[in-house]
Amino acid sequence: MRKSVIKILFTASLLGMVLAACGSGDSGATSDGGGDTIHIGVNMELSGAVASYGQSDTEGIELAVEEINEAGGIDGKQVKVTKVDNKSDAAEATNAAIKLTSQDKVTAIIGAATSGNTVAQAQIANDTETVLLSPSGTSPNVTITDDGTLNEFVFRTSYIDPFQGTVAANFAIDDLGIKNAAILADNASDYAKGLGSAFKETFEAAGGTVVSEEAYVAKDTDFRSTLTRIQSANPEFIFIPGYYEEVGLIIKQAREMGIDVPLMGADGWDSPTLVELAGAEALNNTFITNHYSSEDPDETIQNFVTKFKEKYDGASPNAFHALGYDSVYLLADAIERAGSTESTAIKDALEETKEIKLVSGVVTIDEDHNPIKSATILEYVDGKQVFKTKINP
Amino acid sequence: MEWLQQLFNGISLGSIYALIALGYTMVYGIIKLINFVHGEVFMIGSFTGFYAIAFWGLGFFPSLVLSMTVCAVFGVVIERVAYKRLRNSTRIAALITAIGVSLFIQYVVIYIRGAQPEAYPNVLPNRTLDIFGIQISSQSLLILLVSVVLMIILQFIVHRTKIGKAMRAVSFDPDAAKLMGINVNNTISATFAIGSALAGAAGVIFGVYYTKIDPLMGIIPGLKAFIAAVLGGIGIIPGAVVGGFVLGIVETVVSAFGFSLWRDAAAFIILILILIFRPSGIFGKNSKEKV
Repeated sequence: MRKSVIKILFTASLLGMVLAACGSGDSGATSDGGGDTIHIGVNMELSGAVASYGQSDTEGIELAVEEINEAGGIDGKQVKVTKVDNKSDAAEATNAAIKLTSQDKVTAIIGAATSGNTVAQAQIANDTETVLLSPSGTSPNVTITDDGTLNEFVFRTSYIDPFQGTVAANFAIDDLGIKNAAILADNASDYAKGLGSAFKETFEAAGGTVVSEEAYVAKDTDFRSTLTRIQSANPEFIFIPGYYEEVGLIIKQAREMGIDVPLMGADGWDSPTLVELAGAEALNNTFITNHYSSEDPDETIQNFVTKFKEKYDGASPNAFHALGYDSVYLLADAIERAGSTESTAIKDALEETKEIKLVSGVVTIDEDHNPIKSATILEYVDGKQVFKTKINP
Repeated sequence: MEWLQQLFNGISLGSIYALIALGYTMVYGIIKLINFVHGEVFMIGSFTGFYAIAFWGLGFFPSLVLSMTVCAVFGVVIERVAYKRLRNSTRIAALITAIGVSLFIQYVVIYIRGAQPEAYPNVLPNRTLDIFGIQISSQSLLILLVSVVLMIILQFIVHRTKIGKAMRAVSFDPDAAKLMGINVNNTISATFAIGSALAGAAGVIFGVYYTKIDPLMGIIPGLKAFIAAVLGGIGIIPGAVVGGFVLGIVETVVSAFGFSLWRDAAAFIILILILIFRPSGIFGKNSKEKV
């Protein structure tokens, strides 16, 4: 307790110093001047609770930087990366952003992997006019603050949460031919609620009927009574936005009760634990939306997969690897078009990004600094994720 | 049909609550201690079963017996180490110790193996049966059967054996029992052993039925079982069984009406109402026997 108080005070005082510096007329310019390197900061969860996300993003970033430097850099300038570990902690993420902007004077920051740790840096990015690009922060409030204003210098490479609900609804109607669906959402998570309402909106707008809407709370273990209720409404399809720990149990219990309609979720399902909990057989006829699939036959993706395997001893890249990798190319493209390493120029160029072909889809940045791109649908077949199709927004 | 299905869901859930509640009620009956470690014994039982099935390849019944044995020993050790020397101190001291031991066990397990959940392997053949138009998995039927058999065995031990008679005597009046030549210490240990063995069995059954186990899994079922025990009348064995089933069915009915988010709240509202209006529980007044 005392430790965290000290941490907060420390952060606050550092923040104060930075703000004071800005106020006193120091421009807080972050560019490297006319050097022959471009300095990019990486502020990631390299340890702590969600270290696997941060490490994956970083591995993707390192691969992309290596490729760019081998190919001669951006506009002939080599890219230099400074990594800082934010320990999966919002206060540490703020500290790391202060260090990167004031001490290392980086051109741009890539990070963090999660929405919360990105939001923790947003203020600093705006104040010091440093572009902040989150590879995998999917919460809407990363780029748009809660009071509705745009974080001018904050961008992201992943699509936002509710988008997956929209995609799932389109897939259910167009590809599966579903007319009535049920929703079972985790009521304790904004992520699940956002997906659920986006699904409902799109599904009903396209002429479908939501026949049953139920909720559960994370850490529940018994879903049989709720499922019985859903079963009696006879849906042809059940949308279950949530995280794998509960979803695994829901799928197992649903199949035991004889509910054999297609089930669908989003990237929260994406964990090997899901297969262990639900069982490979129960998972048949279930689908998820995700950022990308390493099995997608697309040429850009297969190139990336091959290069990744070469660098990391045959490991297969996951969605975080792809998003980290894409973030570097998204940034590199903007710097190239801006023709300078001046922050505002990069920011303007990023805003004008149009149809750039990346691993996780063809990306156009919209006015809210979110990418518009396709989502990938995966199907579980005997416990393995198989590439099904791509859905455009 | 939907209601028949919901009733069955409730009974399955209730049988697990009842098994855990029995241990609570037995220990309370004999030393007037609300043994909050009971939820952790349940968790240890579940993990023992898991390791027996996943790593030693044992079947369901051998794992069940092994887990009950381990938990019986574990329960006795807890009693000897933590509670025995507090037997003549205030009840609040023993209660606080129970909470302390409970937290200690939870976090030692997390320290040893981490906090990540584990998925129970499929040990029982699982077919979905269609009985009177409701879908029942063969697994849940077998589990229900095992719970009921265990409760019948317990009833037999308490009423037809010498140790059962000693337990009832100690629960009635420990000093008088001592004067009659009953070894009070051994009797208390036996109570802990039997109660903990039931919690161990509940742990394995829970694992098979609900798949996901983790080091903090004992907290909520432990609290629910405590409510079940209070509902039936704490200290009274049939009360714990009835309380468990009633609680399971009430929770299911709450969900069945579409208030799934209110399920846990409903359980605790029952606890509050019982404590206000009938603190001695459903069976509290006219029943004389206590264990």
